[in-house]
Amino acid sequence: MVKIPPVLRHAAGGTPTVQVGGATIGEVLIALCEAHPAIGAQILTPEGELHKFVNVYLNDEDARLLQWVDTPVGDDDTLLILPAMAGGRA
Amino acid sequence: MRTGLEAPPRAVSEDIVATIGDTPLVDVSGLSPNPEVRILAKMECDNPTGSIKDRTARSLIDDAEARGVLHPGDTIMEPTSGNTGISLAMIARVRGYKLIAVMPDNVTEERRSLLKIYGAEIVESPGETGSNGSVVMAQRLSHQEGIQMLFQYGNPANPRAHYEGTAAEIIRDCPEIDVFVAGLGTGGTLMGCSQRLKEHRADIQIIACEPLQGDPVSGLRSLDDGFIPPILDLSRLDRKLLVENMDAIIMTRRLASEHGIFAGVSSGAVMHTCSRVAATMERGTIVGIICDSGWKYLSAGIWTGDLDVVEETLDNGVFW
Repeated sequence: MVKIPPVLRHAAGGTPTVQVGGATIGEVLIALCEAHPAIGAQILTPEGELHKFVNVYLNDEDARLLQWVDTPVGDDDTLLILPAMAGGRA
Repeated sequence: MRTGLEAPPRAVSEDIVATIGDTPLVDVSGLSPNPEVRILAKMECDNPTGSIKDRTARSLIDDAEARGVLHPGDTIMEPTSGNTGISLAMIARVRGYKLIAVMPDNVTEERRSLLKIYGAEIVESPGETGSNGSVVMAQRLSHQEGIQMLFQYGNPANPRAHYEGTAAEIIRDCPEIDVFVAGLGTGGTLMGCSQRLKEHRADIQIIACEPLQGDPVSGLRSLDDGFIPPILDLSRLDRKLLVENMDAIIMTRRLASEHGIFAGVSSGAVMHTCSRVAATMERGTIVGIICDSGWKYLSAGIWTGDLDVVEETLDNGVFW
């Protein structure tokens, strides 16, 4: 299951969660972006990479400190995407 | 009885600033779901203004004095959602500086009052832009007005306070530590402690926890809005876990009701994370940071209000 935060919900047709398959975080995200291209437009760079300020959590754990997009996922796992609100300059 | 301590410091301190640090560890293993895993709370709420930020503030000011950029009568400006500002204001009072604190307009009234008691001037940034809005505004104002900014987010004196203080005390009092858990704000506590603890034993796990707000637009103390504090190096963390406000509130209440520890919500989040990690360990010792005491959060009804109402309050304010 992928949890969609409020800021991306309009891109997913208003739903707070989306069920998509995949054996790794990367595969799940690809499936998500194929099912909801409007989400892909927000979280991917033009080159198709995840934007630097998009964080992905697997069962509330930051996936960058796991194996990032190569982290294996199971049917019962929950992914949460938290994208940047603004650029990274401060 | 604590053992392995150096001789106690002199009975009379030269001033209140000299009493910062050397906080006790308290066994709160009642919060551990695993009888083989001990959880110890590092009582940073025992510092003079009730938070771990006293260490940071003293280190920032000592460093600026040592570099010769701060002289008695000078004005300091700092972006802060509260605790660092209160600590800086207290030390500024003792050492003869003036503080301008730039803070979100939705922090609790207690923080505002404490800053005023210590004589600080408050400049408000829009609450919806969170701590990051304060950072941007303080950077602009300090540049325009030519006011010294100590900038806890990017100043190595911040993690150094924890390398030399917090972590050194933990190693002295609990050399058998296996896991260290702290909340993620500027990254100062986690970076300084990570470096020192890994020098002590490289296999000590360093775990950060951060708040998951109900609506990410207000979840601005977490890294997910794009601002990464310059001192924060994610490679020094082993894990980073989100904590929902509800879980943090429940554990904040348990700290008070079961262990008599009156702490702020971020300490509840840290203890929730300790408990979650303990459940997956075979055995060992976890040290979690009690970042601040509960006084500044009384008006938010953390201990008394209906859980759902408190959660909503937290989702719309700055409590880390």
